[in-house]
Amino acid sequence: MKKEGMAEPQREPSRNSPDNKEPTRSSKGIALDRRKFLTAAASLVGMAAAQAVIPSLHAEAPSSPPVPDDPTRVPGAPPTPYGQRAGFEQATRLPGTSHSLTPLQTLHGIVTPAALHFERHHNGVPTIDPARHRLLIHGLVGRSRTFTMDDLKRFPAVSRLAFIECAGNSAGEWREARGQTAQQTHGLTSTSEWTGVALATVLREVGLKLEATWMLAEGSDAAAMTRSIPLAPVMDEALLCYAQNGEALRPEQGYPLRLLLPGWEGNACIKWLRRLKLGNAPFMTREETSHYTDLMPNGIARQFTFVMEAKSVITAPSGGQQLRAGFVEIRGLAWSGRGRVTKVEVSTDGGRIWRGARLQEPVLPKCHTRFRFPWQWKGREAILMSRCTDETGYMQPSREDLIAVRGFNSVYHYNAIQSWKVARDGSVSNDQV
Amino acid sequence: MIKCRSHLLAAVGGLGVLVACTGSGEAPQEGSGYGLGRPATEAQVKAWDIDVSPTGEGLPPGRGTVEEGGKVFAAKCASCHGPTGVEGPADRLVGGRGTLATAKPIKTVGSYWPYSTTLYDYIHRAMPYNTPQSLKPDEVYAVVAWILHRNGIIPEDAVMDATTLPGVQMPNRRGFLPDSRPDVKGE
Ligand code: HEC
Repeated sequence: MKKEGMAEPQREPSRNSPDNKEPTRSSKGIALDRRKFLTAAASLVGMAAAQAVIPSLHAEAPSSPPVPDDPTRVPGAPPTPYGQRAGFEQATRLPGTSHSLTPLQTLHGIVTPAALHFERHHNGVPTIDPARHRLLIHGLVGRSRTFTMDDLKRFPAVSRLAFIECAGNSAGEWREARGQTAQQTHGLTSTSEWTGVALATVLREVGLKLEATWMLAEGSDAAAMTRSIPLAPVMDEALLCYAQNGEALRPEQGYPLRLLLPGWEGNACIKWLRRLKLGNAPFMTREETSHYTDLMPNGIARQFTFVMEAKSVITAPSGGQQLRAGFVEIRGLAWSGRGRVTKVEVSTDGGRIWRGARLQEPVLPKCHTRFRFPWQWKGREAILMSRCTDETGYMQPSREDLIAVRGFNSVYHYNAIQSWKVARDGSVSNDQV
Repeated sequence: MIKCRSHLLAAVGGLGVLVACTGSGEAPQEGSGYGLGRPATEAQVKAWDIDVSPTGEGLPPGRGTVEEGGKVFAAKCASCHGPTGVEGPADRLVGGRGTLATAKPIKTVGSYWPYSTTLYDYIHRAMPYNTPQSLKPDEVYAVVAWILHRNGIIPEDAVMDATTLPGVQMPNRRGFLPDSRPDVKGE
């Protein structure tokens, strides 16, 4: 019934198919000249006439970049006010009705480009004028106050890298190996550098009362999204963020203001933040009762399960990719909402033998950590798995162990070891071991 | 800033003074914060303070009956939730009692929601999905009454208002426990 935040298996957009990826260079060289001609012709005699003259141009995709045969013999493009990625790059988010998934399998390092950061919203992405936006803080405070974006930016600023993972990431995997790609199985997690003001700084400004133990955070979207946040565990690290990877937040990430609770489920990191109300008990909103609660096999649900536990996934080779015999660097991401990742192990034989992977520095707390593991693929069937351990000593569980405790109906917080099966022909697919 | 504050009090939140204050660019005072932001007016708080707590705090004046709620539901909700709140296509709102511990749990207001007040809060803030916050308090009370009645929680002649709604005991009130993780041990 609840499709909430699940990685629904969907077909990749067809332009992501490997066949379309290789640009045909020689024909594009000609395309450049033709396109220039076309533009000129169009301005003179109109589009219809130009198309009539050169009908073959019709099929040319409008976004494919013109490519000179030899870029050292043609002056390049002029500077632009806001850059774009190379026209050949086609990694895209995979949108569902109320979420989109990050293409983890095509990304490098730990930072997710803002344009590819996963999305999850409960009634669309609002358009908010930052000049009119206000943050209201009231309830158990000495002085109810409103803050403009300008006010918030004048406070001492803090930056940090942190992952945000939707509580429903991998929710499709509880019952079966459902997602075909790493994007579909794990694409509801992303990492950014976030900048803003510490929540504690702003709460000091309004004079937090001693009785205040919970905070209602409310968004300015069409769901007026609300979550109750216990203050004590978040006071050290919570940020009110206005920037992501050096520029203003993306609209999908809460422009102009969002809450960041490092290591906690994405839903609690309220976007489009307009209100903080301090209280002495949880407010019991729909998103912390009907949703984002974890139903156990005995019919009792766990509530306020904020922390995203340690998890990892091999992003290459991963589902939908094709292996070639010889050297293969196994690459992936690991993260823990409880702190730093201290160890990642990789198995190529379905979990019988585990060997340590190399962790790429910096290894930051509550942040994606990149791991790599050198491997020779000899053309035999293989099952690739990764498991991580965090600084609390917690090790990512097997699927079997996770389900033995939580059953199949929890929906949220699936963090079991992911397995990818490599077939003899080099094709890679989702498999549950 | 001290000068500013006394102005503010004198002006009882007069807008002109507020603007002059925040635009004054004074340095933050030692030991008294950064002097940023401005006092929230009562009207500002009232406009946004829409949450309803389990004790009923935040419920507005107004009332609604099951019968009135049936009309509101048919006109403004049934297109997405189905004529009886069961058929969908959007979330099922009725039924599912006794299914939570089975292989196919059906989570609804009746089977899963622990607090009746959440229903007022959520419908008022987020429903109807295509025109959120468009219902008047009487309409919200009425449709809440109808959903609770269809779930067998309140009788057909019940009236929902700021006093009666918080007193409604939800069947799954005891169905939640706090986070007990870490609960699964790796190898
Ligand atoms: C245009 C379609 C639409 C209309 C009209 C609509 N709803 Fe909804 N409703 C939804 C969707 C979609 C959701 C799920 C939203 C989400 O999960 O973020 C929902 C969720 C709900 C829920 C929460 C269910 C749960 O178990 O968590 C309630 C209660 C609800 N609606 C009541 C109403 C009422 C009452 C009305 C009429 C006043 C109404 N809805 C009108 C689409 C609609």
